[in-house]
Amino acid sequence: MEKQKAPIDHNNAVIRVHGLKKAFGDYEVLRGVNLELFQGENLVVLGRSGTGKSVLIKVISGLLKADAGTVEVLGQDIDQLTTKQLQALRIRIGFSFQNSALYDSMTVRKNLEFPLVRNRRGIGRKEIDTAVERVLEAVSLSQTINQMPSELSGGQRKRIGIARTLILNPEIMLYDEPTAGLDPITCIEINELINEVQERYKTSSIIITHDLTCAKQTGDRIAMLLDGKFQREGSFEHVFDTDNARIKPFFDYNFIK
Amino acid sequence: MDTTDTTPIIPEPAKRKRFASFRKSLTDFFASLYNINAFIIRFFKEAFLPPYEFKEIIRQCYETGVRSFTLISLTGFIVGLIFTKQSRPSLAEFGATSWLPSLVSIAIMRALAPLVTALIAAGKVGSSIGAELGSMRVTEQIDAMEVSGTNPFKFLVCTRVLATTLTIPILATYTGLISILGGFLNVYVNEGTSYRTYIGQVFDPLSFIDFTAALIKSIVFGFTIGIVGCYQGYNSSSGTEGVGKAANGAVVTAMFLIFIEEITIVQITSWFR
Repeated sequence: MEKQKAPIDHNNAVIRVHGLKKAFGDYEVLRGVNLELFQGENLVVLGRSGTGKSVLIKVISGLLKADAGTVEVLGQDIDQLTTKQLQALRIRIGFSFQNSALYDSMTVRKNLEFPLVRNRRGIGRKEIDTAVERVLEAVSLSQTINQMPSELSGGQRKRIGIARTLILNPEIMLYDEPTAGLDPITCIEINELINEVQERYKTSSIIITHDLTCAKQTGDRIAMLLDGKFQREGSFEHVFDTDNARIKPFFDYNFIK
Repeated sequence: MDTTDTTPIIPEPAKRKRFASFRKSLTDFFASLYNINAFIIRFFKEAFLPPYEFKEIIRQCYETGVRSFTLISLTGFIVGLIFTKQSRPSLAEFGATSWLPSLVSIAIMRALAPLVTALIAAGKVGSSIGAELGSMRVTEQIDAMEVSGTNPFKFLVCTRVLATTLTIPILATYTGLISILGGFLNVYVNEGTSYRTYIGQVFDPLSFIDFTAALIKSIVFGFTIGIVGCYQGYNSSSGTEGVGKAANGAVVTAMFLIFIEEITIVQITSWFR
């Protein structure tokens, strides 16, 4: 399935990262990453496990602090923000976690209501119900509303995780390994959902993955993270049209040839 | 010929390694001490500022109470019964069994009720808080809360610490009353003392300072159980091992601190008697 292109505004970067460095102990994971995400764009960040892909989006969302460099999200330098300002900015960013991170002790309904109730104090019951039904319908899982997360399959958990972020109508979506641990058919369904979300909610997204099917189906642009830096970026075909001994095997060992 | 062996008993590199390991342990100890203090300061900074999480605090109070209620009822009753039973022969030697109610009330209200309640709650509630928050940390649920614009510290930590601080004194009072009831059973069976006489003798020797000290002790114990459980869980390392360590650490550290606090408060109150 080829992705239907949504218009990308190349004059409007919603995320700008410059010279980003992050180390854990002596191990420097990110060594001067530069990145721009444009309005309406799906940027796929590819790389092997442990290359710092997830660290990158955690720094962008303010979950981790950068050691050096600047991160600008929707025109705001996240390092300069107060806790309150950062909280307000985060509402405009959706973060889909690798393991969905659904609240175990809450039903699907409560999981979806949680961000809404917390951030829109005084919101009415009817409004909450409408919003919950809307996002559940968007991820085609209306029937799971009263189930507990433990009763859902891996694919359903991913979808509910995405639905939970959509309930606040985010402008940016950050997907951390959206297809990890899923069967190929569910992977394709998740890829389609990512594209649907972009079209329906007009989001700009960064998709962290090492799944080339996901990269090809969802990415407008691919960036290859190697040794803590982006080594190659462009269209899917451009990125893999290389003899680079470290990028080529990535393509060769995947299903798509 | 000089036969003196100049080789050091412990070779130089081994000495250096041992010193480095000692230095690391010391650094880690002070680092964790600093982190715990920072955690407590953050609690006081955030707990009393709006928005207030009344609903969640009430839910957590209910959870704390329900989790320990059965065990506390049973233990409290047995403590009262056994304490009276074990004290009887010693008092009987002096023909002073009529002092049993006074002895029971002083021992229970001054020391046993707050201590027994706190130790049970440390096991039941503290471990549960440590495991729950630890599991939330490992499965990125705390991060998910943070990125959805919620302050997880306020929602998860402040509510739980306030709940244990408020609930443990209530549970300790309940334990005291149940233990006195346990004591009554023994006294009634052996001497046929009426309930009214027993209650009169139980409350007679107790002073205002006894109740105040017990209340303060319970508040301190409740705060300790909550803050230690939350600290261990909130800062747990990744993996299932981290969750286990958090739960275990919550119980062991809380119990250790409870004993230290007990000794300290007993010493302080003795100056006012």
